[in-house]
Amino acid sequence: MSAETRYRGPAILAHWLMAALILALLPLGFYMQGLPLSPAKLQLYAWHKWVGMTVLLLAVLRLAWRLTHRPPPPLPGPAWQLQIAALTHALLYLLLFAVPLAGWLMSSAKGFPVVWFGLLPLPDLVGRDEALGRLFQIAHQGLAWGMAILVLLHLAAALKHHWVDRDGTLARMLPGPRP
Amino acid sequence: MIRPQPYAPALVFLAGLALLAPTAQAVEYSQVQPAASKLEFTFKQMGVPVPGHFKRFDARLRFDPARPEQASASFSVDLASIDAGSPEANAEVAGKQWFDLPQFGSARFVSSQVRPLGGQRYEVRGTLNLKGQTREVVATFQVKEEAGRAVFTATLPLKRLEFGVGAGPWGDTSIVADQVDVRLQLLATPGK
Ligand code: HEM
Repeated sequence: MSAETRYRGPAILAHWLMAALILALLPLGFYMQGLPLSPAKLQLYAWHKWVGMTVLLLAVLRLAWRLTHRPPPPLPGPAWQLQIAALTHALLYLLLFAVPLAGWLMSSAKGFPVVWFGLLPLPDLVGRDEALGRLFQIAHQGLAWGMAILVLLHLAAALKHHWVDRDGTLARMLPGPRP
Repeated sequence: MIRPQPYAPALVFLAGLALLAPTAQAVEYSQVQPAASKLEFTFKQMGVPVPGHFKRFDARLRFDPARPEQASASFSVDLASIDAGSPEANAEVAGKQWFDLPQFGSARFVSSQVRPLGGQRYEVRGTLNLKGQTREVVATFQVKEEAGRAVFTATLPLKRLEFGVGAGPWGDTSIVADQVDVRLQLLATPGK
């Protein structure tokens, strides 16, 4: 029996779905917070929260899958690169939870309950508290910046593997036939 | 030397009467206690209920539970004292498209008719003047009497667009709903 060399379908689906949502959420977040108050701003904030909560849900599902299914072992490479890759992946996992959770906490503390896609009211995590709201706002912003930097690093590394090293690192996270 | 007062029994009798008086005889609640009263509202923004309140308002009422039809109430709200959920929102609602505070600084309600609905519930009709518009509105309220005070809880569903509040692009009710639920809670004691 040959060892797995590729990620499995659910892991690949979750990866690219989350990648697409996060690549939309990051610029949306940076853009929307500078806008003057307007109906359009409220709409963007609502969509940001809804999509952000979707990322949190996917993060839970993805972590559950990850904990029950071993990923394929990394392709051989210099030890420092393997270490940085492992660290980046661990931090990204952490931020997949921390960023939306900080957003949810901020929203609760600022007195705006989250109603997922306007349909499903979610519980407030904390009561209304202005100072706490500002704290979570700063946390959300700082963590989102951290995520943006790690995502760029992650992206650059994936493209380097693909175009410079020409190894199969990117391919094993792409949909394709199992070898 | 203590000696029994000859008129003591009469005093006891009078004291007893005084204790009975509030229950035996109707009282009229007319002294509003501002510190224990509040004016709140809830509106829906992108399907999310957002609470707010006004810090300054002046409410007057006369209410005798035995003769509710003769009750009357009025209130006036300092619209600048709004807390609409965030500092940004407070600044926005001061503007022309919302309350237009420089022109219309306050809203006023004056009751015209009170009708008992059964139990401790009542309906009050009256006119509301807001942003230069005067319209008839209907609220329901409930009265709870306890320990010589009465708590009035009124709910008044308003359509903000009937008063031109949130005009222009804000008129899109899929973003900010037309209906605003206003809740007024007053604590009142009997007048002299
Ligand atoms: C993975 C999910 C998320 C990502 C990547 C993300 C990203 C961002 C970014 C980049 C910003 C701009 C930060 C800045 O101003 O420097 C932002 C702002 C914001 N996010 Fe998120 N976010 C996510 C989830 C959420 C969730 C779940 C909520 C609420 C339920 C939320 C609520 C907000 C709010 C209210 C702001 C604006 C804060 C302000 O006005 O300054 N976010 N987000």
